[in-house]
Amino acid sequence: MILLFLSSGLFLGWSLGANDAANVFGTAVATRMVKFRTAAAICGVFVIAGALVSGQGAVGTLGELGAVTALGGSFMVALAAAVSVFLMTRAGLPVSVSQAIIGAILGWNLFTGSRTDLGSLMTIVSTWVVSPILAAGFAAVFYVVARYTIARARLHLLELDALTRTLLLITGAFGAYALGANNIANVMGVFIPAFPDGVIAVVGPIHVTHTQVLLLIGGVAIAVGVFSYSERVMMTIGKGLFKLTPVTALIVVLAHSVVLFLFASERLETLLITNGLPTIPLVPVSSSQAVIGAVVGIALVKGGRNIRFGALGRVTGGWVATPLMAAVVAFLGLFFLQNVFGLTVRRPAPFSLTGAAVERLEEMGVGCGWLEEVRGVRFANARDFGRAVEAAGDPSEDELELLFEAAEVDSFALDPAHLEGFDLAMLDPGRAAALKALARWTFSHRWQLRDALAKESGRWAEAPARGEGHLHNRKLAAELSMVYDAFRVPLPSNAR
Amino acid sequence: MANLFSKTKLLESKIDEYLDHTSEAGLVFREAIKDYLEGRFDEFEERRKHVTELERSADEIRLAVERQLYVETLIPDSRGDVLGILEHTDDVIGTAKHTLMLLSVQRPRIPQELNADYLALADYGCRAVQELVMGIRAFFRSAPAITDHVHKVVFWEKEADKVGERLKRAIFQSSDLELARKLHLGDFVVHVDTLADNAEDVSERLSISAIKRSI
Repeated sequence: MILLFLSSGLFLGWSLGANDAANVFGTAVATRMVKFRTAAAICGVFVIAGALVSGQGAVGTLGELGAVTALGGSFMVALAAAVSVFLMTRAGLPVSVSQAIIGAILGWNLFTGSRTDLGSLMTIVSTWVVSPILAAGFAAVFYVVARYTIARARLHLLELDALTRTLLLITGAFGAYALGANNIANVMGVFIPAFPDGVIAVVGPIHVTHTQVLLLIGGVAIAVGVFSYSERVMMTIGKGLFKLTPVTALIVVLAHSVVLFLFASERLETLLITNGLPTIPLVPVSSSQAVIGAVVGIALVKGGRNIRFGALGRVTGGWVATPLMAAVVAFLGLFFLQNVFGLTVRRPAPFSLTGAAVERLEEMGVGCGWLEEVRGVRFANARDFGRAVEAAGDPSEDELELLFEAAEVDSFALDPAHLEGFDLAMLDPGRAAALKALARWTFSHRWQLRDALAKESGRWAEAPARGEGHLHNRKLAAELSMVYDAFRVPLPSNAR
Repeated sequence: MANLFSKTKLLESKIDEYLDHTSEAGLVFREAIKDYLEGRFDEFEERRKHVTELERSADEIRLAVERQLYVETLIPDSRGDVLGILEHTDDVIGTAKHTLMLLSVQRPRIPQELNADYLALADYGCRAVQELVMGIRAFFRSAPAITDHVHKVVFWEKEADKVGERLKRAIFQSSDLELARKLHLGDFVVHVDTLADNAEDVSERLSISAIKRSI
């Protein structure tokens, strides 16, 4: 059954391989500098490597946008995205899998009445604008540097050819790695919250988790897509937009890869943080947009002639159409899945302003006197709760945020037997001790468990989100998510 | 880096050898004309055979280079241009060989007073070929000197045209020559002048290809 549900993710991975991987080697293959088979082999290997080694950073951001909490929902979200990408690819348009999956997640949020985290949405959408501009900037700089260097180096035409080929393979491998690291979130991101996070096997010193297995499967699906279907899209990318020479093809791949890497690398983020520099959000960006940005960047340095604005317009149109299409398909698909096939597409996530929630809110300075009518009522989802709250008064955005957090109902039981079976070695030692100390406790809100843990040990407390604190918080969030998944008690599906 | 270029070095040296042959054919052509005009027919025949040998060898090298470029799909972007340049350069050596062969077969009697102009015509053709070869070498290394060389090729071709016209006028205005001989001598003016024309044709291709080569 799990495999059946995962099949849509594999389909999406395949689409990503067919479509986005073309961005990495498209220019090299279209200019006949690299054979398709060579390109596909390198691409396949490095996409999988990138997904496994650096794939987790961007997965987190996608989860924040909307955590698809049941396998049925993940299945349909991935399927909607995959269908949209497939149809667009059939039309010969280099679309973005990132946009398709975001559209599909928004469709899921809409259908299930879940909240869309506007902050995360804005971060993601802003990277859609920033990434092509950044790619254009990088490409323009690389182009000027390359032109200067080639003019000085006086390489023979054949030497330049050999050097360009070698560099195309190296940057292509880097690009494939960056694509795997950045875009695996698109393929498997929606499945990760639906699987319990925990170790499933121990191979020597390596603890294999569900997440890692999912990343590997996704990486393989992308690689299959590269081999089976990407050649045609490569030709469109390489020839459709702007006539590229082998050297400019190299620059495009390099600029694209750098941009994807910037938005995917946790190590780079750590490096920036430890040096007190501002960080870049780890977000799955569109490799298509990065490539097009890079091509336009070079064209502009060359004087802006020869850009086929018609093709550029068609491509941009696809960007708007893809998320819309994916959202509609996801919404309709979820409706069928839930009402016709009777499948669970979401974990129940009711909201209730319990006594504990009111206490917490008042501690935080949000008075609840005006919410008398809402108190104690159980709402099926965030949308209904939000409507009731807004009918009762006029809270500010910040107050609303706190209300949603406090009222979200979840259920946890730290059963001693269950604690025995939990691999505490995965947690920071201080945190593990705090968790053990809470044996036999139960909680009906996520924040209750979190606060209880923080009370037991300062290791569970959030640090100010600056510098090293940022890294601490990220690790904390990952470990909290593991604890939530391990000790969650399923709510009855009719919990309303 | 050395390892990376080891395969291309061999091909580069073949192309260089081809260009050496072209340059040498131009120089030997001029010396052969000089020998002919000064009546040293044995030396002339030696030089003619030399040019024939250069042409045959250049042909072999060119075919090998072309084959390698195709089989190994090298320089896919500029392959068409490079092949065009190499093939048209072959016409230059072909013209030298063909003109010397006609001289050897037909042995036209050239009046003494026209010797200097015939020699100048061959000399300008030879200079155009030398500049062309330097231009092609610059093209392969994307050197800015290409335009200088192309400019000089055009200059020597124009000089050759002027001498050619002067020669034809002198031939056809002469009262001492029969029409058949005038036509024969005029024909040889055209043949010798063709060397510079061929060099100019290739140089035009070269300047367009150089623009395309900029990244």
